[in-house]
Amino acid sequence: MKDTENVQMTEALAPIQDMVRACIQCGTCSASCPNAFAMTDTPRRLWRMLQAGETQAVLNSETFALCSACYSCTLRCPRGLPLTDAMNALKQVVARKDALRFASGTLFYRNFMESVRRHGRVRETEFMYLYLMAMKNPLLPFRFAPLGLKLFSRKKLDFRLPSGGDARMDALFHKVRELENTP
Amino acid sequence: MTYLYYPGCSLEGSAREYDISTRSALKALDVTLMDIPDWTCCGASAAASVSTLLSLVLPARNLALAEAIPGADDILAPCSACYLNLKKAEVQARDESERSRLNAVLEVENLRISGRMRVRHLLDVLSRDIGADRIREKVTAPLSGKRIAPYYGCQCLRPYRVFDDPERPVSMNALIEATGAQVFSWNMGAVCCGASNMSTHAAVGTSLTTAILKAAKGADAIVTVCPMCQMNLEAYQDGISQSCQDNLRIPVMYLPQLLGLAFGLPRADIRLDLNLSEAGAFAAGPAQAER
Ligand code: SF4
Ligand code: SF4
Repeated sequence: MKDTENVQMTEALAPIQDMVRACIQCGTCSASCPNAFAMTDTPRRLWRMLQAGETQAVLNSETFALCSACYSCTLRCPRGLPLTDAMNALKQVVARKDALRFASGTLFYRNFMESVRRHGRVRETEFMYLYLMAMKNPLLPFRFAPLGLKLFSRKKLDFRLPSGGDARMDALFHKVRELENTP
Repeated sequence: MTYLYYPGCSLEGSAREYDISTRSALKALDVTLMDIPDWTCCGASAAASVSTLLSLVLPARNLALAEAIPGADDILAPCSACYLNLKKAEVQARDESERSRLNAVLEVENLRISGRMRVRHLLDVLSRDIGADRIREKVTAPLSGKRIAPYYGCQCLRPYRVFDDPERPVSMNALIEATGAQVFSWNMGAVCCGASNMSTHAAVGTSLTTAILKAAKGADAIVTVCPMCQMNLEAYQDGISQSCQDNLRIPVMYLPQLLGLAFGLPRADIRLDLNLSEAGAFAAGPAQAER
């Protein structure tokens, strides 16, 4: 990471560091996490890394990308820390940074929101189409193919092509962006 | 009993049978649902990964629309993800400074939120407002002999403790028993189904659903109260059975579909044919044939 980028990222992580400052490293969160088995760094370790200001290690960690927002850790943390919110906040930092390694998860969320901005409601086909296009991974559609067929045979997929929509949510999205960019 | 109804995007698409069966089961229970005109997406699980403010503004917009309709104070949401997002906005809006921040955005659409609405999950309404007794009264086709595994998932239980124990939930038990069926006892009812990891990190998501399906062996069906849980538990059964070399196929259906069966509602009001698992086979099973 370049120095300027490192400084920017450390700033971005500061509010999240505050969220977990009171962590006493008891490990209850890790023990409660259904996805911990797949994480190189458990949630407890991630909070330690945040506390210690290890910006790069935090961003390199896959821990938050694997969080499925089950809220078990948040419910059980003896310090009452908003841990699921902290995981989401980390996803946001990475979404902004656009780190390539997380392309899969980040694009999934971004394309979902794009469908909302255009139509107000999510059109599932358009969402999948945007997601697959953005991934530019020609093998990916095959993984979704069996599911797609099942949904199709039950007329659950709407095969209208993606369109511009009426951009009905533009004003709201615009206002949110404006407020978020004014400190 | 009247509620404002927030179906959410999934119930207009891949979870249409949840919408249809919720409406018909509640109608049979003499509950009136009023649609919220022009409702929009609650942000699902995606908005919180993109922007915190957006993840509150999207549900707040729907609360503001609901407030403008006189005659009800409760919003009923069948989808657990919608429920939690709307609930978060409800809780945030209780705080005056948060409320004015949300209103500053909603203003662009001439909307305002005062914090008057209460957000309720379908299971909350069924278990606390309606209750097992009223459900039992409507049963004409008891599901005797069927063992039903109640699956709650996460977001209707956590982080807000509203209608049930967030780790050892029991609210579905009495409702299942009211249909004449037995509760299949297991400890997976409140364990995560993998949620969107099923799409973003398939291997990790699959191992969670596999564990749940394995634990459900011996049950006749799993009952869910969320489109995401429903999809994860039923859509990948073939692949999971293949890779485990074990037949883990099991009917998975929404709670109001189960109620609809016990109420003897017409097929068009339950739409088990839309489920991705073999839920239709459950309906045609021995308990029904014996009658
Ligand atoms: S449960 Fe809370 S206090 Fe314990 S390690 Fe996790 S975050 Fe820290
Ligand atoms: S909310 Fe995320 S980090 Fe916390 S226990 Fe659940 S999956 Fe793990």
